[in-house]
Amino acid sequence: MAVKKERRNFLGLALGGFTTLGGIAALGAAKRTWDPLPSVMAAGFSVIDLSVTKPNVLYVAKWRGKPIFILKKTPDMEKNPREVIVGDSRYLICIGICTHLGCIPSYFPKQHKFICACHGGQYDSNGEVTKLPPPLPLYIPPFKIDGQKVIIGESSPEFQKLKAAGLTA
Amino acid sequence: MAHFTKATSIHDWLNQRLAVDSVKKVLATEYWIPKNINFLWAMGMILAVTFGLLLISGIFLMMYYKPDTAFAFDSVNYTIMSQVGYGWLWRHIHAVAASVIFLIIYIHMFTGIYYGSYKKGREMIWISGMLLFVTFSGEAFSGYMLPWGQMSYWAGTVITDIFSLGSLNLDGLVQWIRGGYVPGDAFLNRFYMLHVLLLPLAVIALIVFHFATLRLPHVNNQDGEDINFKEESDKYLSGNTKSSKVIRFQFDFLSKDIVIVGFFMIFFFYLVFYHFEFAMDPVNFDPANGLKTPTHIYPEWYFLWTYEILRPFPKNPGLLAFGFAQVIFIFLPFLDRSPNVAPANRRGIFKIWFWVLIVTMVILTVLGKLPPEGIYTTYGTVVASFFILLWLSLPIVTKLEKPIGSKK
Ligand code: HEM
Ligand code: FES
Repeated sequence: MAVKKERRNFLGLALGGFTTLGGIAALGAAKRTWDPLPSVMAAGFSVIDLSVTKPNVLYVAKWRGKPIFILKKTPDMEKNPREVIVGDSRYLICIGICTHLGCIPSYFPKQHKFICACHGGQYDSNGEVTKLPPPLPLYIPPFKIDGQKVIIGESSPEFQKLKAAGLTA
Repeated sequence: MAHFTKATSIHDWLNQRLAVDSVKKVLATEYWIPKNINFLWAMGMILAVTFGLLLISGIFLMMYYKPDTAFAFDSVNYTIMSQVGYGWLWRHIHAVAASVIFLIIYIHMFTGIYYGSYKKGREMIWISGMLLFVTFSGEAFSGYMLPWGQMSYWAGTVITDIFSLGSLNLDGLVQWIRGGYVPGDAFLNRFYMLHVLLLPLAVIALIVFHFATLRLPHVNNQDGEDINFKEESDKYLSGNTKSSKVIRFQFDFLSKDIVIVGFFMIFFFYLVFYHFEFAMDPVNFDPANGLKTPTHIYPEWYFLWTYEILRPFPKNPGLLAFGFAQVIFIFLPFLDRSPNVAPANRRGIFKIWFWVLIVTMVILTVLGKLPPEGIYTTYGTVVASFFILLWLSLPIVTKLEKPIGSKK
């Protein structure tokens, strides 16, 4: 009896095709399972009261599991376009995560600088890099000033201006 | 076949159904090992045994470990260490074995490089070995997350951040790997899954594959001699065991192997009982705190050299250099352009290349542990760049090598 090659090829292709489709669907499901949960991703807002801050003392708040640095500047610290002005005080507001590989730098008030212990990166009191390897200044999170309070996670014209000027990514 | 006769013994019963005699021949009694080898050829067996110890101690640790950020730290440092009977023993065995297995892996790898056991038909042995190395690195890293101490948390942060791939800023990918903005519960659970199931399965499959890649080319020998295994084994089987260049795997070679494994076990349990502390970083006895980086972060000793290739450079070049160091070893069989299979000391400038490579990696390891300050950063940049140049020079170095007339 002659073997019907076409029939066999067709069955092979059909089987292969459906298996591939199923495999792709399963990969999609696997990818979604690894996704962060919606409850984890749900945008959080943190409200920080600036009236309690003191000059040259680092204040650390928490936003989406990340530390937020608030540093009230002393008069002798130079003016900088990245700073946020609230009333008559100037502030550094940034995400306290090293832009190199994500460690949390520590603040050294006497030297007015941040030092990252992981690979030796350093930033000045404006969050700008003074020693490599970090590639970028400390990120400024979306923020909105509301009287003596700052809301982290909500954008504002001030923040948009900083962003447009390329002062934060 | 399919014609079964009444069995004369249990052995015969099994043999009719499973062909145990043929299997044993192929895998053991007629798997031939050259006589001209030394104790360094026992490292593979030591690795297999140490992996067994990891598996057994790990099973007992799983009985009380809790993969939950609220309980993980205490389940290890309180429950297992001070409540569970002999819980400390499993933990010390597991920690010491995880550290020592890397020491043996490095010895095993450099033995292969020294004797040229990665070419002329042995390429797949080398490649499967490197796949084992990579998978084992993943296994070690995922295990390090589980006690959820400060070093777990921060090593987890730094290493997963690498996947943002520098200026590509793939933050979404990093969050996907972590299951959150920062390492948290989902992170701990998925690394637990990887550590106790997926990666061990992959390691076991790769060990089987590694053994399979050895079967046809057989192991190399101290002179890189191209042995005619058919001829030599025939000699052995015809009773001429003295003049044959090979011996059986079971039990001839195995009994020699076991002596070396015995010495290793003495050393190993000495460490487990009297010097386990080198395998347990004191910083990891502080619970994870996402708002406080430890003053000085470093990986376990066996990752220090690659860490030092990442660290001294600016971000993007650092990542490229790191990626290079991660994959370059796997290409060794193709970067070595010389036809010689011989110990490095007979291969002219390759001999220098080999020892310089070892010294470079030792220096990188030492620098990786030092704080990244001042002059150390400069040394790091220089030595890490030198490591890369060394590998780039390998094709030239081996091209210049004179072919050695096949010996004997
Ligand atoms: C858990 C990990 C590993 C196990 C259990 C293992 C086991 C073994 C065993 C039993 C042998 C034969 C005996 C010997 O020569 O030692 C062997 C040979 C070999 N292995 Fe591995 N190995 C592992 C990892 C690696 C790694 C990371 C490499 C490096 C890429 C590697 C490369 C080789 C080579 C080149 C040989 C051949 C040696 C020769 O022909 O003389 N192995 N391995
Ligand atoms: S993470 Fe800060 S310097 Fe690398």
